[in-house]
Amino acid sequence: MLKTFKKGGVHPPENKLSAGNPIEVLPLPASVFIPVAQHIGAPATPVVQRGDQVKTGQIIAKSSSFVSTNIHSSVSGKVKKVDFQADSSGYPKQGILIDVEGDEWVEDIDRTEELKKEFDLEGAEIIKKIQEAGIVGLGGATFPTHVKLVPPKGMKAEVLLINGVECEPYLTSDHRLMLEKADEILVGIQLLKKAMNVEKAVIGIENNKADAIQLLSQKSKEYEGIDIAVLKVKYPQGGEKQLIKAVTGREVPSGGLPIAVGAVVSNVGTAFAVYEAIQKNKPLFERVVTITGKGVAKPSNFRVRMGTPTSALVEATGGLPEDTGKIISGGPMMGRAIASLDVPVTKGTSGILLMKKEESKREEVIACIRCSRCVSACPMGLEPYLLMTLAEKQIFDRSEDNKIMDCIECGSCSYTCPSSRPLLDYIRFGKGKVGEIIRSRKK
Amino acid sequence: MSNLYTVSPSPHIYSDDTTRKIMYRVVYAMIPALLWSVFVLGVDALRVTLIAIVACLAFEYIIQKYLMKVKPSITDGSALITGILLAFNVPSGIPWWIIVIGALAAIGIGKLSFGGLGGNIFNPALVGRVFLLISFPVQMTSWPATRQSATDALTTATPLGIIKEGLVNGTPIAQISKDLPSATDMLLGNIGGSLGEISALFLIVGGLYMLIRKVITWHIPVSVIVSVAAIAAIFWLVDPQNYINPLYHILSGGLMLGAIFMATDMVTSPMTPKGQIIYGVGIGVITISIRLFGAYPEGISFAILIMNAFTPLINTYIKPKRFGGN
Repeated sequence: MLKTFKKGGVHPPENKLSAGNPIEVLPLPASVFIPVAQHIGAPATPVVQRGDQVKTGQIIAKSSSFVSTNIHSSVSGKVKKVDFQADSSGYPKQGILIDVEGDEWVEDIDRTEELKKEFDLEGAEIIKKIQEAGIVGLGGATFPTHVKLVPPKGMKAEVLLINGVECEPYLTSDHRLMLEKADEILVGIQLLKKAMNVEKAVIGIENNKADAIQLLSQKSKEYEGIDIAVLKVKYPQGGEKQLIKAVTGREVPSGGLPIAVGAVVSNVGTAFAVYEAIQKNKPLFERVVTITGKGVAKPSNFRVRMGTPTSALVEATGGLPEDTGKIISGGPMMGRAIASLDVPVTKGTSGILLMKKEESKREEVIACIRCSRCVSACPMGLEPYLLMTLAEKQIFDRSEDNKIMDCIECGSCSYTCPSSRPLLDYIRFGKGKVGEIIRSRKK
Repeated sequence: MSNLYTVSPSPHIYSDDTTRKIMYRVVYAMIPALLWSVFVLGVDALRVTLIAIVACLAFEYIIQKYLMKVKPSITDGSALITGILLAFNVPSGIPWWIIVIGALAAIGIGKLSFGGLGGNIFNPALVGRVFLLISFPVQMTSWPATRQSATDALTTATPLGIIKEGLVNGTPIAQISKDLPSATDMLLGNIGGSLGEISALFLIVGGLYMLIRKVITWHIPVSVIVSVAAIAAIFWLVDPQNYINPLYHILSGGLMLGAIFMATDMVTSPMTPKGQIIYGVGIGVITISIRLFGAYPEGISFAILIMNAFTPLINTYIKPKRFGGN
């Protein structure tokens, strides 16, 4: 019996078109726009000015509070200006525009491919380096990693869960990384364990990635205290709460953090970034991005510098398909549709999905027939049909009573609705309003 | 680049299942029982079914277009289901104009007066049936004999009718049993009854199809049938002189049709498995109470309508188990 989370979930067509294609290095673009807010928390403060020469790996914006991170230059060259440009949210965000000149890295970064297994740092030193390197959760949530590693007072982490689930259809960046950088990931996990002072780590991988399961199961024997949990394919298993449930059987209480059940979850990409930051002295300024879609000539996985425009990725896969109707930053279930190819790759960009015109439009909305599929699909045990109606009618007290704030916005309800009802759209609206009400109550 | 791209919130992909496909699956599931009825009851069964379908679709179209002034939705399959179910609930020899009145009650009162698909509280076909049962009790209880029946009689009584009448007249069960059809005849559907309710076997076949195609779950049909069987069995075990073998309650009358096709109507049944079981048991208890103690030999139509009325209440109080809740 394969492990999985119990309640709800859906199984969309996997469409992992780029799973067989090794990670390639994307050629450097002519210029990059590096937003200062690539993470959850306060935006970083720019520390460079127009005309400054910067090296690859140099800090260009400093963390402005505890829940914030440093931003490093991903290229070498000249700062053209500190400007505003739309990121994947669609809103103009502050960032640093750099014209690329050569590729000169900061001297103390180890650029060799040599595997470095040994380390003798203390936990606090590891956390400090992670913080300096600007590492955030690379699964998409982009929560600063150093914050996660320090449990709130009175709580103790017991197990580190490593998310290798990649349950979003189409995306393969984590899968490729596990195949190509298995040892580095495992060393990264040891570093994270040391930082958190836990004995045990479990990597959760869905069984549609048999090659990664086999490789990591074999390699993990050389490392102490790392297990592999093979999971049944089910969306949204990569959701933090669902992964914890699937692997440990524990349920994070409503409104609580994973640490409440003794768990901390990190992505495989994050573990790799931790390895690079500590063993190679390399801050987080590049990541693996999948670029894919049914019309894409060559679905690929690239190692991309932050701030690279989406257009550079599209060109590298043979150009924009004629009938592209929608461009998604991320996966098709939770990704964001972007309006332009100028949007830069940031720490949270796991993939770019190009959808054809015919895939891009929604179906006509018809009446709810109360088939209850949304209720069965909801992994949080909510009633999406009810939450939608309550939001539509602006009955926010009942929305709150019916746990609207527990919604993880995985989209399983909208995905499964046979009447094409915009369930999640209304729930998001309701969450926004209820969130406002809760905050105003605290004041 | 001057291209415009669609920007919309996630998710960006959808399952290819649609409400229309679900509706048509229900229609396919009713075909075995319909074919059986045509086989044993003759062309009349087909005539009644076609009249009911045409009348339901026509009333849906006319009322939506001219009275409600909305875009008619007759192709969504829901009025088609109501038509077939209405036909399944009347005797095959019924005059055409009674069916038309039933269709008007079903579509007009049962469905569109609540706003149409998804808005109705009560199962439309049952609203039509009960309306007819109360308005035309004679025509609604004259069941033509099946072509396979041993006698030459033109009409017949339903097994439950025979039992009810016998018990009212003080006839002992042993005596009544002699007039009752065999279990095989009841299972196959060689008995008197409404057009679509006679064959337990073919209704179960349709139910299994819906179960496999995920149109329904087991909760409602099983809880209805098990609760009827359990209560009937208790009375039979305690007092076999006055209560009939539960097999008759399960295999004859409208129980299978009601439990499989009408109680499971998505619009009018609860959303959670737990709620569905409460609803199903409620239907079972009311059905058997009417059958054993009421004036009517048959009770599932009333039972479903009564429990339909409780569905919103069940949905309000029976919640799914929240993730991370206590």
